[in-house]
Amino acid sequence: MVQGRIYPALFTMEKTSVLSLNNLSKRFGSVLANDAINLTLKQGEVLALLGENGAGKTTLMNMLFGHYVPDSGSIDVADETGKMHPLTLGHPQAALDAGIGMVHQHFTLAENLSSLDNILLGSESLFSWRHKRKKARKKITAIMQRTGLSAPLDEKIGQLSVGERQRVEILKALYHDAKILVLDEPTAVLTPNEADTLFENIAAMTREGLSVIFISHKLHEVLAFSQRIVVLRHGKLVGEIITADANERKIAQMMVGADTPATPRQAMPPGAPVLDLKSLTIKGENTRNSLYDADLCIHSHEIVGIAGVSGNGQSALARVISGLITPNSGSISMNGEKLTRFTPPAMLKAGVGRIPEDRHHDGIIGAMSVSENLIIERLSDSDVQTYGFLKQHNIATHAKELCAAYDVRGPGIESAVRLLSGGNIQKLILARVFESSPHLILANQPTRGLDLGAAGEVARRLLEARRDGAGILLISEDLDEVLALADRVFVIHNGHLTIAHNKDRTTIGLMMAGEKAC
Amino acid sequence: MDILNILISDSFWAASLRIATPLIFGVLGALICERSGVLNLGIEGIFVAGAMAGWMAVWFGAGLWGGLLVAASVGALFGLLHAVLTVPLGLSQHVSGLGITMLATSVSYFAYRTALPNLSSPPRIEPFQPLDIPIISDIPFIGAVLSQQTAMTWLALFLVLLVWWVLERTPLGLAIRAVGDNPDAVDAQGLSVYALRIGAVMAGSALMALGGAFLTMSAFDSFFFGMVNGRGWIAIALVIFASWRPGKALLGALLFGAFDAFQVRLQTEVGAFVPSQIFLMAPYVLSIIALVIVARRAEYPRALLKPWFKGQR
Amino acid sequence: MLRIEPRESPSRWWTLGVPIASALLALLLAAIPLAFAGANIFEGYRQMAKGIFGSTFAFTEMLTRATPLIFTGLAVTLAFRAKLWNIGAEGQLYLGAMAAVIVGTGMIDAPPFILIPIILLAGASAGAVGMAGPAYLKTRFGADEVVTTLLLNFIILIFLQMMLEGPLKDPMGMGWPQSKPIVDDGILPQLLPRMRVHAGLIIALLAAVIAHIMLSKTVWGLKLRAVGENAAAALHAGIKVKRTIIGAAIVSGALAGLAGVGEVTGLRGYLTTDLSPGYGYTGIVVAMLAGLSPIGVVISALFIASIFVGADSMSRAMGVSSYLADLVVAMSLICVLVGGFVARYRITRTGKGDV
Repeated sequence: MVQGRIYPALFTMEKTSVLSLNNLSKRFGSVLANDAINLTLKQGEVLALLGENGAGKTTLMNMLFGHYVPDSGSIDVADETGKMHPLTLGHPQAALDAGIGMVHQHFTLAENLSSLDNILLGSESLFSWRHKRKKARKKITAIMQRTGLSAPLDEKIGQLSVGERQRVEILKALYHDAKILVLDEPTAVLTPNEADTLFENIAAMTREGLSVIFISHKLHEVLAFSQRIVVLRHGKLVGEIITADANERKIAQMMVGADTPATPRQAMPPGAPVLDLKSLTIKGENTRNSLYDADLCIHSHEIVGIAGVSGNGQSALARVISGLITPNSGSISMNGEKLTRFTPPAMLKAGVGRIPEDRHHDGIIGAMSVSENLIIERLSDSDVQTYGFLKQHNIATHAKELCAAYDVRGPGIESAVRLLSGGNIQKLILARVFESSPHLILANQPTRGLDLGAAGEVARRLLEARRDGAGILLISEDLDEVLALADRVFVIHNGHLTIAHNKDRTTIGLMMAGEKAC
Repeated sequence: MDILNILISDSFWAASLRIATPLIFGVLGALICERSGVLNLGIEGIFVAGAMAGWMAVWFGAGLWGGLLVAASVGALFGLLHAVLTVPLGLSQHVSGLGITMLATSVSYFAYRTALPNLSSPPRIEPFQPLDIPIISDIPFIGAVLSQQTAMTWLALFLVLLVWWVLERTPLGLAIRAVGDNPDAVDAQGLSVYALRIGAVMAGSALMALGGAFLTMSAFDSFFFGMVNGRGWIAIALVIFASWRPGKALLGALLFGAFDAFQVRLQTEVGAFVPSQIFLMAPYVLSIIALVIVARRAEYPRALLKPWFKGQR
Repeated sequence: MLRIEPRESPSRWWTLGVPIASALLALLLAAIPLAFAGANIFEGYRQMAKGIFGSTFAFTEMLTRATPLIFTGLAVTLAFRAKLWNIGAEGQLYLGAMAAVIVGTGMIDAPPFILIPIILLAGASAGAVGMAGPAYLKTRFGADEVVTTLLLNFIILIFLQMMLEGPLKDPMGMGWPQSKPIVDDGILPQLLPRMRVHAGLIIALLAAVIAHIMLSKTVWGLKLRAVGENAAAALHAGIKVKRTIIGAAIVSGALAGLAGVGEVTGLRGYLTTDLSPGYGYTGIVVAMLAGLSPIGVVISALFIASIFVGADSMSRAMGVSSYLADLVVAMSLICVLVGGFVARYRITRTGKGDV
């Protein structure tokens, strides 16, 4: 990755404003999500909007796009002549018409449609009798040449890589004549190489006069590619700094308020092998769901971290260890015994505890109660049932104890789990997993979407389990998390697992992009 | 007459096309709804409502084309009800659709009985007559098949072309396909997910009603209870078989019509040895078999059955 | 901007009040078709009430009507709880009736306390097979059970015609396509002298209680609900999803089969193709009105039966088409759907964000 400041902050002062947010406030119940935020964006500028999860970044952008109506404040946008006009609030169409384009973290693309169709969507009058595809293609090709963004136009989105999809999203915004582009965590899904390409493209776009707001929490990117940094914390704008004057330490302090405490972590000699994968191969329908010839051994008292950009085979690895798929070849041993059946009950029986990646989809049954969700993995145990009848009293007592021990907060043990917050749902899953003292814990993206407090709690519990003798397989896209928690790090790329011999950021970054470690 | 003779007779193919016509309307209608992401199990009832309303309008003097207009409007109205329940309110598309079927069926029967009480034999109207188009009827074989068809069959064939064109070649069709695949994509472009889906369900339901109207205004000349007899459900199965494509839908309906016409003719040949019910059962059994064969490969519109609420990502 | 969001926790009042309000609303809406038919609306309602509560006979007729509806309502409830869309209760009802006729018209000679359980078992098994098939096609091939069960209804009815004109035909039936009568020892006893209400009602009530216990107090029920609410999470948690679905299908089909057995052995005594005026389909309304709760099914079956009996008697007295009953039943389904929405969601001006 190119380190260094490509864009000196020199020019920003002279340029005209294209957008200004004036005193925007938004309250949800008792939480003030945005508190009197003032922000201006200059033409051709790359402005980084920085903040932890829950700092209010998304709320601010949702107001800009008309998804939310601000409680107070206004937004002004410049027209072609540079004159500022107030934006009609609460209407996405108004934001689009004013030339604001957004690339969401979760792409808003229709997978069964081609790139071209996705770009065309909404750009023509609905009731014309045919598309003007030729003209559209010409315009898109021109944009591609100017900015260096490239994507296959006639392939279905479903066939494209994540990086290509993102480029289609950006092309879509530019095709709709966006003058202001908002990118929400654009590099979260990219390899370092792809990210570099993206930033080159952004540079080309700003030369064309486009202005970019770039939401991120990765300090090094922000430092390398923005001209100005704005930091949000607890809904307030707490800092604004010209990038040239900033360094990592300075902005990190702005973001969290103080120096981040490192997770306390003691050195510990690994014990006996718990999980042993030998030349494990899974042939999925594509590389996202495949794993080739993987060798991996996890010992007791050890956390093994799997770093990698999402969609490189992590889900195949997680699914096979969860018992959801059967490997095509190779072997899996638990505590020295070779497994023959690959089903969720068999894995549970072998002593595998699973923290699934998508907790709402795989981890909980939202309409069922907290107490039922806590016993769902051990329905044949004798303290839960006799002759098929549930022991309601035991189940309730059990739920109360676990909720107290793991600090699961919610309306009550008999209420539906979906009423709990994300952090409390994750704590419930932790309670269920740790209660059975598993030999192996699969922690797949265990802190994704959690606030700092809940994420810290998850890390503490994982370290505790390690102390108590469990082996832990930690799969995470967050390299910082992997580096902080893991004893050994493997990198997964295109379905291949490779060990990282030292925990060096740059080396691992290169490996994540598929380059051989030196 | 042996099997080969059946297959090369123009009357057989004319009958196939005639039997296929209501299914073409039905499959196209269901296809439009499902392409936008809404399953419409109201189809069976909307068939009944279309059959009754169209016929009734003609009976009261609206004229044949007026009758079709009435049928389509009634269908669109039931479609609107289904769409309101399932799109902005996001209720179960299965249950709502079955509710529409029950409602449309009972409203039609009640209205028919109330408007025409005390009738011993069902009253008749003057239905659509076969359309003799000079140049076409001169084509050998095909001319003979087509000249036995009424204007409604021609309308159905034209609609196949129109629906294909709209879905594949126009911005509106693109928006409908997109909303059935990923409503967020449509919403992000400032288009209304609700309006697109409601519109698609109404249009689809209007076509379903025309399928029903064909029964009372072209195939027969009167309305009687139980005349739809599962055609709507067969159309739902055929949509899956046709992988949501208008061209394949036409093919599926024609194959189905041919099979049905064939079994009727076969029945006269071997009817003495085989109970007639075996033949009556065949179309339904065939639909299930077709469904089982294609089910694994079927690529459902990705947003089908999934409710979408504005502002909830 | 208006947004739809779930209520924090739907209160007891909502869950109880909504079905009752929807049922009453549907009854009120019946005034519209009544007015169209040119009838006196108030007289219509009076005749309806009279048809339900006017006499012991009227009331027991209502109970008789409710009996098959409890069975089909339970069948739909159990299936829908597992998100298995069994729209084929009508066909399964006829399968149950056919099995009852095969076993109960002289094939087995035994005293009632042996013969009746055998008939019930035969009917339940036939119904169970009728639903296990579509469930198998769903779990094995991914064939949509909505379409297969709907089409099976037609297939089964035609098959029944064939049987009634063939092997099951009553030689003494003067050429009518009907089965031989059930032997006396196989007839379900009447509950009251000279009234048609029969022991099937007791069995239905018992079935409702058992279904309630199975659903909420057993591991089987917990698994079924888990699969219905989130199949992916259930699978992840180690529940055998396909087996659970097939299990739900078997119980659902068996209950629908029992509806047919009750009608044949408790009411008609023989089988014809018009045994059920759509009890299978009406079972869906019963189940939805009951909020998919087995105990609720009993109450909503009584309500729907009242509408049928009341509307029948009204149409006889006033010359309004008896399709009015179907109309009211359909409207109550639509009403309860909307009501369920009102209970579960609220519409607010703005919503919660990412905090």
